[in-house]
Amino acid sequence: MREVKILRVVSAKTLLPFILLFALYVQFHGDFGPGGGFQAGVIFGAGLILHALVFGLNESRRVIPEWVIESAAAVGVLIYGGVGVVAMLKGGKFLEYGVLDAHDRVHGQHTGLILIELGVGVTVSAVMLAIYGALAGRGRLST
Amino acid sequence: MFQQTVDILVLGLLAATALAVVRMRTLIGAAMLMGIYSFLSASWMLILDAPDVAFTEAAVGAGVSTIFVLATLSITTIRAKRQTKFQFAPLAVVVLTGAVLIYGTLDMPHFGDPEAPVHRVGNRYIKRVPEEFKIPNAVTAVLGSYRGFDTFGETTVVLTAGLGVLCLLRKRREDEPKVVTE
Repeated sequence: MREVKILRVVSAKTLLPFILLFALYVQFHGDFGPGGGFQAGVIFGAGLILHALVFGLNESRRVIPEWVIESAAAVGVLIYGGVGVVAMLKGGKFLEYGVLDAHDRVHGQHTGLILIELGVGVTVSAVMLAIYGALAGRGRLST
Repeated sequence: MFQQTVDILVLGLLAATALAVVRMRTLIGAAMLMGIYSFLSASWMLILDAPDVAFTEAAVGAGVSTIFVLATLSITTIRAKRQTKFQFAPLAVVVLTGAVLIYGTLDMPHFGDPEAPVHRVGNRYIKRVPEEFKIPNAVTAVLGSYRGFDTFGETTVVLTAGLGVLCLLRKRREDEPKVVTE
């Protein structure tokens, strides 16, 4: 698809920044509006897949190498579980976010929610990209 | 009146798209129609006041899954095999599964029933979230905190599913074309 200039300019160069920005908005505004880590991760992953579709898998892998994607998938789960462990170290139960802030339980809840949503988002977007890479790497989309 | 018209229109289009997918022989066309089906589902979720689910359906169903199916077609083939003779067993399995599912719905509470368990728990959450979290979106609080273990499990499932796909499909080093060096 790299020969089709209109696709390259309109879909990727113009839309891509806004798709990624919207994903970040959904990610970090999830406490106040609809959305959260899963939705944000999928939108972010879809945006990067669009980039891979238009510019080719090799170019996409140059921007985000395979080892980054595969580590990110695991790191997301680690962030989530890590929040739970930190809560335990601070004297609470596993995933009890209230204890994360020593002074204010509500602040602790906010911190916990934002961190676990980040974990979910990182894992989901990385897994989406990894699956696309595995599928496209074998077929005619690989060049 | 307007609401009912929209409901009937969206659900009618959903059914029509589903039938069109089944009748489609070209698999690329079927994949596109599945994308349209997902977009219609997303609209339906929005009508049901579930913007979170609508988001997910639009991004996963219409966006990413369509791409995954197309990528799969690029590895396999783009035309469905013509079925020559009628097969009884698949039809029986489908009808039986459908009947069991419909039988299962008979035990579910009616749509919007205030006595349904989900509404009793839901009201408790809606009362508690503003006090304990001071955030307007109860869905995030329920998913992240009250149901934090479930969400942790779901995230792990996503990772495990991704690992499974990678194990099956990823190119191994020996698959790659070898560079001949003198």
